[in-house]
Amino acid sequence: MNKNTNLQLEVCNLEVHYDGIQALHGVSFTINKGEIVTLIGANGAGKSSILRAISGITPFNGDIIFEGQNLKSVPAHAIVGLGIAHVPEGRGVFGNLTVKENLQLATWQRKDKEAINSDYEHIFTLFPKLKLRARQLAGTLSGGEQQMLVVGRALMSRAQLLLLDEPSMGLAPKLVQDIFSIIQEINAAGTTVLLVEQNANMALRIATRAYVLEVGHVVLTGSGLDLLGNPRIKAAYLGT
Amino acid sequence: MSEGIIYWLQQALNALQLGSIYALIALGYTMVYGILTMINFAHGDVFMIGAFFCFLLSSTLNLTFVPTLLLTMIGTAILGVLIERLAYKPLRQAPRVSAIITALGVGMFLENFTLALAPYPKHIPMLLENVTWNFYGITLSSIQLVIISLSLGLMLLLDYIVQRTTIGMAMRAISWDKTFVPLMGIPVDFIISITFAIGAGLAGAAGTMYALAYPVIDPYMGIMVGWKAFICAVVGGIGNIRGAMAGAFILGTVEIMVVAFFPSTFRDFVAFTLLMVLIMVRPYGILGKPRIQKV
Ligand SMILES: Nc1ncnc2c1ncn2[C@@H]1O[C@H](COP(=O)(O)OP(=O)(O)OP(=O)(O)O)[C@@H](O)[C@H]1O
Ligand SMILES: [Mg+2]
Repeated sequence: MNKNTNLQLEVCNLEVHYDGIQALHGVSFTINKGEIVTLIGANGAGKSSILRAISGITPFNGDIIFEGQNLKSVPAHAIVGLGIAHVPEGRGVFGNLTVKENLQLATWQRKDKEAINSDYEHIFTLFPKLKLRARQLAGTLSGGEQQMLVVGRALMSRAQLLLLDEPSMGLAPKLVQDIFSIIQEINAAGTTVLLVEQNANMALRIATRAYVLEVGHVVLTGSGLDLLGNPRIKAAYLGT
Repeated sequence: MSEGIIYWLQQALNALQLGSIYALIALGYTMVYGILTMINFAHGDVFMIGAFFCFLLSSTLNLTFVPTLLLTMIGTAILGVLIERLAYKPLRQAPRVSAIITALGVGMFLENFTLALAPYPKHIPMLLENVTWNFYGITLSSIQLVIISLSLGLMLLLDYIVQRTTIGMAMRAISWDKTFVPLMGIPVDFIISITFAIGAGLAGAAGTMYALAYPVIDPYMGIMVGWKAFICAVVGGIGNIRGAMAGAFILGTVEIMVVAFFPSTFRDFVAFTLLMVLIMVRPYGILGKPRIQKV
Protein backbone atom coordinates (compact mmCIF):
# COMPACT_ATOMS: atom_id res chain seq x y z
CA MET A 1 0.00 0.00 0.00
CA ASN A 2 0.95 3.58 -0.44
CA LYS A 3 2.67 5.13 2.55
CA ASN A 4 2.59 8.57 1.06
CA THR A 5 1.07 10.85 3.72
CA ASN A 6 0.45 13.49 1.09
CA LEU A 7 -1.98 11.22 -0.69
CA GLN A 8 -5.36 12.88 -1.16
CA LEU A 9 -7.25 10.75 -3.64
CA GLU A 10 -6.71 7.15 -4.57
CA VAL A 11 -8.65 5.55 -7.42
CA CYS A 12 -8.36 1.75 -7.64
CA ASN A 13 -9.68 -0.44 -10.44
CA LEU A 14 -12.41 1.99 -11.33
CA GLU A 15 -15.05 0.59 -13.67
CA VAL A 16 -18.04 2.46 -15.03
CA HIS A 17 -20.79 0.86 -17.09
CA TYR A 18 -23.61 2.53 -19.02
CA ASP A 19 -26.46 0.22 -20.02
CA GLY A 20 -24.10 -2.62 -20.80
CA ILE A 21 -21.38 -0.45 -22.39
CA GLN A 22 -18.24 -0.46 -20.31
CA ALA A 23 -16.63 2.99 -20.37
CA LEU A 24 -13.84 2.43 -17.80
CA HIS A 25 -11.91 -0.84 -17.54
CA GLY A 26 -10.16 -0.76 -14.20
CA VAL A 27 -8.57 2.68 -14.01
CA SER A 28 -6.17 3.35 -11.14
CA PHE A 29 -4.36 6.55 -10.26
CA THR A 30 -3.51 8.79 -7.34
CA ILE A 31 -3.52 12.48 -6.58
CA ASN A 32 -1.39 14.12 -3.91
CA LYS A 33 -2.32 17.18 -1.95
CA GLY A 34 -1.44 20.38 -3.74
CA GLU A 35 -0.96 18.83 -7.17
CA ILE A 36 -2.48 19.68 -10.50
CA VAL A 37 -3.12 16.34 -12.14
CA THR A 38 -4.43 16.24 -15.67
CA LEU A 39 -6.20 13.50 -17.59
CA ILE A 40 -5.52 13.42 -21.33
CA GLY A 41 -7.45 11.32 -23.81
CA ALA A 42 -9.41 11.29 -27.02
CA ASN A 43 -13.16 11.90 -27.15
CA GLY A 44 -14.94 9.04 -25.46
CA ALA A 45 -11.84 7.80 -23.64
CA GLY A 46 -13.69 8.03 -20.32
CA LYS A 47 -12.31 11.22 -18.77
CA SER A 48 -15.67 12.68 -17.77
CA SER A 49 -16.80 9.30 -16.50
CA ILE A 50 -13.90 9.33 -14.03
CA LEU A 51 -14.84 12.75 -12.70
CA ARG A 52 -18.51 11.82 -12.44
CA ALA A 53 -17.64 8.66 -10.50
CA ILE A 54 -15.49 10.66 -8.07
CA SER A 55 -18.20 13.25 -7.42
CA GLY A 56 -20.79 10.53 -6.99
CA ILE A 57 -23.17 11.27 -9.86
CA THR A 58 -22.31 8.07 -11.76
CA PRO A 59 -22.33 4.61 -10.12
CA PHE A 60 -19.07 2.67 -10.29
CA ASN A 61 -17.22 -0.50 -9.31
CA GLY A 62 -13.83 -0.38 -7.65
CA ASP A 63 -12.70 2.00 -4.94
CA ILE A 64 -12.33 5.74 -4.69
CA ILE A 65 -10.66 6.81 -1.47
CA PHE A 66 -10.58 10.48 -0.54
CA GLU A 67 -8.57 11.51 2.52
CA GLY A 68 -8.78 7.93 3.79
CA GLN A 69 -12.53 7.62 3.31
CA ASN A 70 -14.06 5.27 0.76
CA LEU A 71 -16.61 7.19 -1.32
CA LYS A 72 -18.36 4.05 -2.54
CA SER A 73 -21.58 4.46 -0.59
CA VAL A 74 -21.45 8.21 -0.01
CA PRO A 75 -24.20 10.12 -1.84
CA ALA A 76 -23.13 12.91 -4.19
CA HIS A 77 -24.36 15.77 -2.02
CA ALA A 78 -22.38 14.46 0.95
CA ILE A 79 -19.22 14.15 -1.17
CA VAL A 80 -19.36 17.93 -1.65
CA GLY A 81 -19.38 18.23 2.12
CA LEU A 82 -16.22 16.11 2.33
CA GLY A 83 -14.42 18.67 0.20
CA ILE A 84 -14.71 17.74 -3.47
CA ALA A 85 -16.14 20.20 -6.00
CA HIS A 86 -16.90 19.23 -9.58
CA VAL A 87 -17.22 21.58 -12.52
CA PRO A 88 -19.07 19.39 -15.01
CA GLU A 89 -18.53 19.28 -18.74
CA GLY A 90 -20.70 21.69 -20.70
CA ARG A 91 -22.21 24.64 -19.00
CA GLY A 92 -23.93 23.51 -15.87
CA VAL A 93 -25.30 26.89 -14.80
CA PHE A 94 -28.85 27.11 -13.55
CA GLY A 95 -30.20 29.44 -16.21
CA ASN A 96 -33.34 30.41 -14.30
CA LEU A 97 -31.34 31.61 -11.28
CA THR A 98 -29.35 34.81 -11.05
CA VAL A 99 -25.55 34.76 -11.08
CA LYS A 100 -25.49 35.49 -7.35
CA GLU A 101 -28.02 32.73 -6.64
CA ASN A 102 -25.91 30.26 -8.60
CA LEU A 103 -22.97 31.09 -6.37
CA GLN A 104 -25.09 31.02 -3.25
CA LEU A 105 -26.44 27.57 -4.08
CA ALA A 106 -22.98 26.08 -3.70
CA THR A 107 -22.80 27.29 -0.09
CA TRP A 108 -25.72 25.02 0.90
CA GLN A 109 -23.63 23.03 3.38
CA ARG A 110 -21.65 25.95 4.76
CA LYS A 111 -22.63 27.79 7.91
CA ASP A 112 -19.77 30.32 8.13
CA LYS A 113 -21.67 33.35 6.93
CA GLU A 114 -18.83 35.85 7.12
CA ALA A 115 -16.39 33.64 5.26
CA ILE A 116 -19.06 33.10 2.61
CA ASN A 117 -19.38 36.85 2.09
CA SER A 118 -15.64 37.27 1.70
CA ASP A 119 -15.66 34.35 -0.75
CA TYR A 120 -18.18 36.19 -2.94
CA GLU A 121 -15.79 39.12 -3.00
CA HIS A 122 -12.93 36.79 -3.85
CA ILE A 123 -14.87 35.26 -6.77
CA PHE A 124 -15.82 38.74 -7.97
CA THR A 125 -12.18 39.82 -7.98
CA LEU A 126 -11.20 36.69 -9.91
CA PHE A 127 -14.06 37.26 -12.36
CA PRO A 128 -15.03 40.96 -12.39
CA LYS A 129 -17.55 40.26 -15.17
CA LEU A 130 -19.60 38.21 -12.75
CA LYS A 131 -19.86 41.11 -10.36
CA LEU A 132 -21.38 43.28 -13.07
CA ARG A 133 -23.85 40.53 -13.89
CA ALA A 134 -24.61 39.44 -10.32
CA ARG A 135 -28.35 40.12 -10.53
CA GLN A 136 -28.77 38.89 -14.08
CA LEU A 137 -30.21 35.46 -14.90
CA ALA A 138 -27.35 33.04 -15.52
CA GLY A 139 -29.04 31.82 -18.70
CA THR A 140 -28.49 35.23 -20.27
CA LEU A 141 -24.69 35.16 -19.79
CA SER A 142 -22.39 34.52 -22.72
CA GLY A 143 -20.78 31.11 -22.97
CA GLY A 144 -17.49 32.34 -21.55
CA GLU A 145 -19.21 34.12 -18.69
CA GLN A 146 -21.14 30.95 -17.87
CA GLN A 147 -17.86 29.07 -17.76
CA MET A 148 -16.48 31.62 -15.28
CA LEU A 149 -19.62 31.21 -13.23
CA VAL A 150 -19.34 27.44 -12.95
CA VAL A 151 -15.70 27.72 -11.91
CA GLY A 152 -16.56 30.44 -9.41
CA ARG A 153 -19.45 28.40 -8.12
CA ALA A 154 -17.23 25.40 -7.51
CA LEU A 155 -14.88 27.61 -5.50
CA MET A 156 -17.78 28.70 -3.27
CA SER A 157 -17.93 25.26 -1.69
CA ARG A 158 -14.32 25.72 -0.44
CA ALA A 159 -13.26 22.35 -1.73
CA GLN A 160 -9.86 20.77 -1.06
CA LEU A 161 -10.08 18.95 -4.38
CA LEU A 162 -11.42 20.64 -7.49
CA LEU A 163 -12.47 18.50 -10.47
CA LEU A 164 -12.49 20.54 -13.68
CA ASP A 165 -13.99 19.05 -16.84
CA GLU A 166 -12.86 21.02 -19.88
CA PRO A 167 -13.04 24.47 -18.31
CA SER A 168 -11.64 26.10 -21.45
CA MET A 169 -14.22 24.59 -23.80
CA GLY A 170 -15.56 27.13 -26.25
CA LEU A 171 -13.56 30.06 -24.90
CA ALA A 172 -11.66 32.64 -26.90
CA PRO A 173 -7.84 32.20 -26.73
CA LYS A 174 -7.45 35.14 -24.37
CA LEU A 175 -10.03 33.71 -21.98
CA VAL A 176 -8.39 30.28 -22.16
CA GLN A 177 -5.18 31.94 -20.93
CA ASP A 178 -7.11 33.62 -18.13
CA ILE A 179 -8.81 30.40 -17.05
CA PHE A 180 -5.50 28.56 -16.95
CA SER A 181 -3.84 31.25 -14.87
CA ILE A 182 -6.81 31.27 -12.52
CA ILE A 183 -6.49 27.49 -12.15
CA GLN A 184 -2.85 28.01 -11.18
CA GLU A 185 -3.87 30.74 -8.75
CA ILE A 186 -6.47 28.51 -7.12
CA ASN A 187 -3.91 25.74 -6.89
CA ALA A 188 -1.29 28.03 -5.40
CA ALA A 189 -3.82 28.96 -2.72
CA GLY A 190 -3.87 25.33 -1.63
CA THR A 191 -6.55 23.56 -3.68
CA THR A 192 -5.68 20.30 -5.37
CA VAL A 193 -6.86 20.18 -9.00
CA LEU A 194 -7.84 17.30 -11.25
CA LEU A 195 -8.06 18.79 -14.71
CA VAL A 196 -9.56 17.28 -17.86
CA GLU A 197 -8.71 19.20 -21.01
CA GLN A 198 -8.87 18.90 -24.78
CA ASN A 199 -6.17 21.53 -24.83
CA ALA A 200 -3.48 19.00 -23.87
CA ASN A 201 -0.67 21.39 -24.55
CA MET A 202 -1.71 23.96 -21.99
CA ALA A 203 -2.92 21.37 -19.51
CA LEU A 204 0.43 19.54 -19.52
CA ARG A 205 2.28 22.82 -19.07
CA ILE A 206 0.58 23.57 -15.76
CA ALA A 207 0.23 19.96 -14.55
CA THR A 208 2.38 18.39 -11.87
CA ARG A 209 1.54 14.98 -13.26
CA ALA A 210 -0.62 13.57 -16.02
CA TYR A 211 -2.36 10.34 -16.93
CA VAL A 212 -3.13 9.38 -20.50
CA LEU A 213 -6.35 7.51 -21.05
CA GLU A 214 -7.28 5.35 -24.03
CA VAL A 215 -10.66 3.64 -24.31
CA GLY A 216 -11.10 3.29 -20.59
CA HIS A 217 -7.51 2.31 -19.69
CA VAL A 218 -4.62 4.35 -18.30
CA VAL A 219 -1.87 3.81 -20.88
CA LEU A 220 0.78 6.29 -19.81
CA THR A 221 1.69 8.45 -16.87
CA GLY A 222 4.41 10.92 -16.05
CA SER A 223 5.10 14.50 -15.12
CA GLY A 224 3.51 17.17 -17.26
CA LEU A 225 6.81 18.15 -18.80
CA ASP A 226 7.80 14.52 -19.54
CA LEU A 227 4.62 13.95 -21.44
CA LEU A 228 4.97 17.23 -23.31
CA GLY A 229 8.21 15.90 -24.71
CA ASN A 230 6.97 12.36 -25.33
CA PRO A 231 6.85 11.67 -29.11
CA ARG A 232 3.77 9.48 -28.81
CA ILE A 233 1.87 12.22 -26.96
CA LYS A 234 3.11 14.81 -29.41
CA ALA A 235 1.75 12.81 -32.32
CA ALA A 236 -1.58 11.84 -30.76
CA TYR A 237 -2.63 14.82 -28.65
CA LEU A 238 -0.47 17.83 -29.35
CA GLY A 239 -0.64 17.80 -33.12
CA THR A 240 3.04 18.69 -33.48
CA MET B 1 -73.83 52.77 -6.74
CA SER B 2 -75.86 51.45 -9.61
CA GLU B 3 -77.37 47.98 -9.39
CA GLY B 4 -75.21 46.77 -12.27
CA ILE B 5 -71.93 47.66 -10.62
CA ILE B 6 -73.01 46.16 -7.35
CA TYR B 7 -73.98 42.96 -9.13
CA TRP B 8 -70.61 42.68 -10.86
CA LEU B 9 -68.63 43.47 -7.75
CA GLN B 10 -70.56 40.77 -5.96
CA GLN B 11 -69.73 38.34 -8.76
CA ALA B 12 -66.08 39.37 -8.65
CA LEU B 13 -66.00 38.59 -4.96
CA ASN B 14 -67.48 35.16 -5.60
CA ALA B 15 -64.94 34.58 -8.36
CA LEU B 16 -62.16 35.51 -5.97
CA GLN B 17 -63.38 32.94 -3.45
CA LEU B 18 -63.59 30.15 -6.02
CA GLY B 19 -60.30 31.14 -7.63
CA SER B 20 -58.55 31.08 -4.25
CA ILE B 21 -59.45 27.45 -3.70
CA TYR B 22 -58.46 26.46 -7.23
CA ALA B 23 -55.19 28.33 -6.83
CA LEU B 24 -54.20 26.51 -3.66
CA ILE B 25 -54.70 23.18 -5.41
CA ALA B 26 -53.21 24.26 -8.74
CA LEU B 27 -49.99 25.22 -6.96
CA GLY B 28 -49.42 21.60 -5.96
CA TYR B 29 -49.74 20.40 -9.55
CA THR B 30 -47.43 23.05 -10.87
CA MET B 31 -44.76 22.68 -8.18
CA VAL B 32 -44.51 18.93 -8.64
CA TYR B 33 -44.45 19.33 -12.39
CA GLY B 34 -41.77 21.99 -12.12
CA ILE B 35 -39.50 19.77 -10.12
CA LEU B 36 -40.18 16.29 -11.58
CA THR B 37 -41.92 17.06 -14.91
CA MET B 38 -44.62 14.73 -13.68
CA ILE B 39 -48.36 15.32 -13.35
CA ASN B 40 -49.42 14.16 -9.92
CA PHE B 41 -52.93 13.01 -10.76
CA ALA B 42 -53.51 11.93 -7.16
CA HIS B 43 -53.35 15.55 -6.05
CA GLY B 44 -57.11 16.19 -6.31
CA ASP B 45 -57.64 13.27 -3.96
CA VAL B 46 -55.14 14.69 -1.49
CA PHE B 47 -57.42 17.73 -1.43
CA MET B 48 -60.36 15.40 -0.72
CA ILE B 49 -58.40 13.71 2.09
CA GLY B 50 -57.79 17.21 3.45
CA ALA B 51 -61.54 17.77 3.67
CA PHE B 52 -61.93 14.44 5.47
CA PHE B 53 -59.10 15.26 7.90
CA CYS B 54 -60.97 18.47 8.55
CA PHE B 55 -64.13 16.47 9.24
CA LEU B 56 -62.33 14.09 11.63
CA LEU B 57 -60.60 16.85 13.54
CA SER B 58 -63.60 19.13 13.82
CA SER B 59 -66.42 16.68 14.37
CA THR B 60 -64.73 13.74 16.10
CA LEU B 61 -62.13 15.64 18.11
CA ASN B 62 -64.19 18.81 18.40
CA LEU B 63 -61.27 21.05 17.51
CA THR B 64 -61.82 24.66 16.53
CA PHE B 65 -60.98 26.19 13.18
CA VAL B 66 -57.32 27.13 13.60
CA PRO B 67 -56.05 23.82 15.03
CA THR B 68 -58.20 21.96 12.50
CA LEU B 69 -56.65 23.88 9.63
CA LEU B 70 -53.08 23.48 10.89
CA LEU B 71 -53.38 19.77 11.67
CA THR B 72 -55.09 19.13 8.33
CA MET B 73 -52.25 20.84 6.50
CA ILE B 74 -49.66 18.84 8.45
CA GLY B 75 -51.61 15.64 7.81
CA THR B 76 -51.86 16.11 4.06
CA ALA B 77 -48.23 17.26 3.91
CA ILE B 78 -47.17 13.95 5.47
CA LEU B 79 -49.50 12.11 3.08
CA GLY B 80 -47.94 13.90 0.11
CA VAL B 81 -44.42 12.94 1.21
CA LEU B 82 -45.47 9.31 1.75
CA ILE B 83 -47.10 9.12 -1.68
CA GLU B 84 -43.92 10.40 -3.33
CA ARG B 85 -41.61 8.11 -1.36
CA LEU B 86 -43.67 4.94 -1.70
CA ALA B 87 -45.28 5.29 -5.12
CA TYR B 88 -43.34 7.76 -7.29
CA LYS B 89 -39.73 7.58 -6.19
CA PRO B 90 -39.23 3.93 -7.24
CA LEU B 91 -40.42 4.95 -10.71
CA ARG B 92 -38.25 8.02 -11.18
CA GLN B 93 -36.15 6.36 -13.89
CA ALA B 94 -39.13 4.53 -15.43
CA PRO B 95 -40.98 5.74 -18.55
CA ARG B 96 -43.13 8.76 -17.79
CA VAL B 97 -46.37 6.95 -18.55
CA SER B 98 -45.68 4.53 -15.66
CA ALA B 99 -45.56 7.41 -13.21
CA ILE B 100 -48.81 8.85 -14.60
CA ILE B 101 -50.62 5.52 -14.35
CA THR B 102 -49.30 5.12 -10.81
CA ALA B 103 -50.56 8.57 -9.89
CA LEU B 104 -54.02 7.71 -11.21
CA GLY B 105 -53.83 4.48 -9.21
CA VAL B 106 -52.87 6.31 -6.02
CA GLY B 107 -55.85 8.62 -6.59
CA MET B 108 -58.25 5.69 -6.93
CA PHE B 109 -56.73 4.08 -3.87
CA LEU B 110 -57.37 7.22 -1.83
CA GLU B 111 -60.94 7.52 -3.12
CA ASN B 112 -61.83 3.92 -2.42
CA PHE B 113 -60.01 3.81 0.89
CA THR B 114 -62.07 6.81 1.98
CA LEU B 115 -65.24 5.28 0.53
CA ALA B 116 -64.65 2.11 2.53
CA LEU B 117 -64.34 4.09 5.75
CA ALA B 118 -66.97 6.70 4.96
CA PRO B 119 -69.62 5.28 2.62
CA TYR B 120 -72.02 8.21 3.16
CA PRO B 121 -71.37 11.91 2.65
CA LYS B 122 -70.22 13.68 5.80
CA HIS B 123 -71.39 16.97 7.23
CA ILE B 124 -68.74 19.28 8.57
CA PRO B 125 -69.81 21.18 11.68
CA MET B 126 -69.86 24.98 11.53
CA LEU B 127 -66.23 25.87 12.17
CA LEU B 128 -66.68 29.60 11.87
CA GLU B 129 -69.50 31.81 12.98
CA ASN B 130 -71.14 32.88 9.76
CA VAL B 131 -71.43 36.63 9.91
CA THR B 132 -72.29 38.66 6.83
CA TRP B 133 -71.44 42.28 6.22
CA ASN B 134 -73.14 44.56 3.76
CA PHE B 135 -71.25 47.30 1.93
CA TYR B 136 -73.51 49.34 -0.33
CA GLY B 137 -75.42 46.20 -1.23
CA ILE B 138 -72.41 43.93 -1.68
CA THR B 139 -72.47 41.10 0.84
CA LEU B 140 -69.32 39.59 2.24
CA SER B 141 -69.50 36.60 4.57
CA SER B 142 -66.97 35.77 7.26
CA ILE B 143 -66.32 32.48 5.48
CA GLN B 144 -65.58 34.28 2.22
CA LEU B 145 -63.29 36.69 4.00
CA VAL B 146 -61.39 33.84 5.67
CA ILE B 147 -61.07 31.83 2.46
CA ILE B 148 -59.84 34.77 0.40
CA SER B 149 -57.45 36.28 2.91
CA LEU B 150 -56.02 32.96 4.08
CA SER B 151 -55.46 31.79 0.51
CA LEU B 152 -53.81 35.02 -0.50
CA GLY B 153 -51.65 34.84 2.63
CA LEU B 154 -50.56 31.29 1.83
CA MET B 155 -49.81 32.24 -1.76
CA LEU B 156 -47.67 35.17 -0.68
CA LEU B 157 -45.85 32.91 1.77
CA LEU B 158 -45.21 30.34 -0.95
CA ASP B 159 -44.00 32.97 -3.35
CA TYR B 160 -41.62 34.19 -0.68
CA ILE B 161 -40.33 30.67 0.00
CA VAL B 162 -39.75 29.96 -3.68
CA GLN B 163 -38.23 33.32 -4.61
CA ARG B 164 -36.32 34.28 -1.47
CA THR B 165 -35.19 31.24 0.54
CA THR B 166 -32.39 28.80 -0.20
CA ILE B 167 -34.89 25.92 -0.23
CA GLY B 168 -36.84 27.76 -2.92
CA MET B 169 -33.63 28.42 -4.80
CA ALA B 170 -32.85 24.70 -4.71
CA MET B 171 -36.36 23.95 -6.02
CA ARG B 172 -35.86 26.33 -8.90
CA ALA B 173 -32.45 24.82 -9.64
CA ILE B 174 -33.95 21.31 -9.72
CA SER B 175 -36.67 22.48 -12.07
CA TRP B 176 -33.97 23.75 -14.42
CA ASP B 177 -31.82 20.63 -14.34
CA LYS B 178 -31.67 17.96 -11.65
CA THR B 179 -28.44 16.31 -12.70
CA PHE B 180 -26.01 18.87 -11.33
CA VAL B 181 -27.90 19.89 -8.20
CA PRO B 182 -26.15 17.27 -6.00
CA LEU B 183 -22.83 18.86 -7.03
CA MET B 184 -23.93 21.91 -5.03
CA GLY B 185 -24.11 19.70 -1.95
CA ILE B 186 -27.90 19.73 -2.08
CA PRO B 187 -29.80 16.52 -1.30
CA VAL B 188 -32.27 16.38 -4.17
CA ASP B 189 -34.58 13.83 -2.53
CA PHE B 190 -35.00 16.08 0.47
CA ILE B 191 -35.99 19.02 -1.72
CA ILE B 192 -38.43 16.81 -3.62
CA SER B 193 -40.01 15.76 -0.32
CA ILE B 194 -40.31 19.38 0.78
CA THR B 195 -42.00 20.19 -2.52
CA PHE B 196 -44.55 17.42 -2.08
CA ALA B 197 -45.11 18.46 1.53
CA ILE B 198 -45.80 22.08 0.57
CA GLY B 199 -48.03 21.16 -2.37
CA ALA B 200 -50.04 18.65 -0.34
CA GLY B 201 -50.18 21.01 2.65
CA LEU B 202 -51.75 23.69 0.43
CA ALA B 203 -54.22 21.10 -0.89
CA GLY B 204 -55.09 20.34 2.75
CA ALA B 205 -55.74 24.02 3.36
CA ALA B 206 -57.90 24.07 0.22
CA GLY B 207 -59.83 21.02 1.47
CA THR B 208 -60.51 22.72 4.79
CA MET B 209 -61.68 25.92 3.12
CA TYR B 210 -63.80 24.08 0.63
CA ALA B 211 -65.44 22.27 3.52
CA LEU B 212 -66.14 25.63 5.15
CA ALA B 213 -67.94 26.86 2.06
CA TYR B 214 -69.59 23.58 1.00
CA PRO B 215 -69.87 21.54 4.19
CA VAL B 216 -71.05 18.24 2.68
CA ILE B 217 -68.08 16.12 1.60
CA ASP B 218 -67.73 12.79 -0.17
CA PRO B 219 -64.82 10.64 -1.41
CA TYR B 220 -65.24 11.73 -5.03
CA MET B 221 -65.23 15.47 -4.41
CA GLY B 222 -61.56 15.70 -5.39
CA ILE B 223 -61.97 14.47 -8.93
CA MET B 224 -63.73 17.40 -10.59
CA VAL B 225 -62.05 20.05 -8.44
CA GLY B 226 -58.71 18.36 -9.07
CA TRP B 227 -59.19 18.38 -12.84
CA LYS B 228 -60.15 22.01 -12.78
CA ALA B 229 -57.16 22.98 -10.67
CA PHE B 230 -54.94 20.99 -13.02
CA ILE B 231 -56.36 22.95 -15.95
CA CYS B 232 -55.69 26.18 -14.07
CA ALA B 233 -52.07 25.12 -13.74
CA VAL B 234 -51.84 24.36 -17.46
CA VAL B 235 -53.56 27.59 -18.44
CA GLY B 236 -51.14 29.55 -16.29
CA GLY B 237 -48.17 27.67 -17.75
CA ILE B 238 -47.46 24.40 -15.94
CA GLY B 239 -44.40 24.64 -13.74
CA ASN B 240 -44.91 28.36 -13.24
CA ILE B 241 -46.12 29.24 -9.75
CA ARG B 242 -47.46 32.70 -10.45
CA GLY B 243 -49.04 31.27 -13.61
CA ALA B 244 -50.98 28.73 -11.56
CA MET B 245 -52.39 31.51 -9.42
CA ALA B 246 -53.32 33.54 -12.50
CA GLY B 247 -54.93 30.50 -14.15
CA ALA B 248 -56.98 29.80 -11.04
CA PHE B 249 -58.40 33.30 -10.84
CA ILE B 250 -59.19 33.20 -14.56
CA LEU B 251 -61.10 29.94 -14.20
CA GLY B 252 -62.88 31.21 -11.09
CA THR B 253 -63.96 34.32 -12.98
CA VAL B 254 -65.04 32.39 -16.08
CA GLU B 255 -67.15 30.00 -14.02
CA ILE B 256 -68.89 32.75 -12.11
CA MET B 257 -69.52 34.75 -15.29
CA VAL B 258 -70.93 31.75 -17.14
CA VAL B 259 -73.41 31.16 -14.36
CA ALA B 260 -74.34 34.83 -14.49
CA PHE B 261 -75.31 34.58 -18.17
CA PHE B 262 -76.31 30.96 -18.81
CA PRO B 263 -78.13 28.18 -16.98
CA SER B 264 -75.78 26.79 -14.32
CA THR B 265 -75.52 23.45 -16.13
CA PHE B 266 -73.55 25.30 -18.82
CA ARG B 267 -70.81 26.19 -16.37
CA ASP B 268 -68.26 23.43 -16.89
CA PHE B 269 -68.97 23.08 -20.59
CA VAL B 270 -68.33 26.75 -21.31
CA ALA B 271 -65.44 26.99 -18.88
CA PHE B 272 -63.60 24.00 -20.35
CA THR B 273 -64.21 25.16 -23.91
CA LEU B 274 -62.83 28.60 -23.19
CA LEU B 275 -59.78 27.11 -21.55
CA MET B 276 -59.17 24.83 -24.50
CA VAL B 277 -59.28 27.81 -26.82
CA LEU B 278 -56.85 29.63 -24.55
CA ILE B 279 -54.45 26.69 -24.67
CA MET B 280 -54.69 26.57 -28.44
CA VAL B 281 -53.75 30.24 -28.64
CA ARG B 282 -51.05 30.00 -25.98
CA PRO B 283 -49.85 26.40 -25.84
CA TYR B 284 -47.35 27.13 -23.05
CA GLY B 285 -49.95 28.89 -20.93
CA ILE B 286 -50.20 32.51 -19.94
CA LEU B 287 -46.90 32.79 -18.09
CA GLY B 288 -45.18 29.63 -19.32
CA LYS B 289 -42.31 29.90 -21.79
CA PRO B 290 -41.00 27.26 -24.10
CA ARG B 291 -37.44 26.44 -23.21
CA ILE B 292 -34.87 25.24 -25.67
CA GLN B 293 -34.28 21.57 -25.04
CA LYS B 294 -30.87 21.08 -23.50
CA VAL B 295 -28.53 18.31 -24.60
N1 LIG C 1 -24.89 8.46 -20.01
C1 LIG C 1 -24.25 7.64 -20.86
N2 LIG C 1 -24.90 6.58 -21.43
C2 LIG C 1 -24.27 5.76 -22.27
N3 LIG C 1 -22.99 5.87 -22.61
C3 LIG C 1 -22.28 6.88 -22.09
C4 LIG C 1 -22.87 7.82 -21.18
N4 LIG C 1 -21.93 8.71 -20.83
C5 LIG C 1 -20.81 8.35 -21.47
N5 LIG C 1 -21.01 7.25 -22.23
C6 LIG C 1 -20.02 6.57 -23.07
O1 LIG C 1 -18.91 6.29 -22.26
C7 LIG C 1 -17.70 6.54 -22.96
C8 LIG C 1 -16.83 7.52 -22.17
O2 LIG C 1 -17.54 8.77 -22.09
P1 LIG C 1 -16.91 10.03 -21.37
O3 LIG C 1 -17.94 11.09 -21.38
O4 LIG C 1 -16.39 9.62 -20.05
O5 LIG C 1 -15.72 10.40 -22.35
P2 LIG C 1 -14.74 11.64 -22.37
O6 LIG C 1 -13.37 11.09 -22.31
O7 LIG C 1 -15.12 12.61 -21.34
O8 LIG C 1 -15.01 12.22 -23.81
P3 LIG C 1 -15.03 13.76 -24.32
O9 LIG C 1 -13.61 14.16 -24.50
O10 LIG C 1 -15.74 13.70 -25.62
O11 LIG C 1 -15.73 14.57 -23.30
C9 LIG C 1 -18.10 7.06 -24.33
O12 LIG C 1 -18.00 5.99 -25.24
C10 LIG C 1 -19.52 7.47 -24.18
O13 LIG C 1 -20.25 7.26 -25.33
MG1 LIG D 1 -15.87 14.48 -21.37
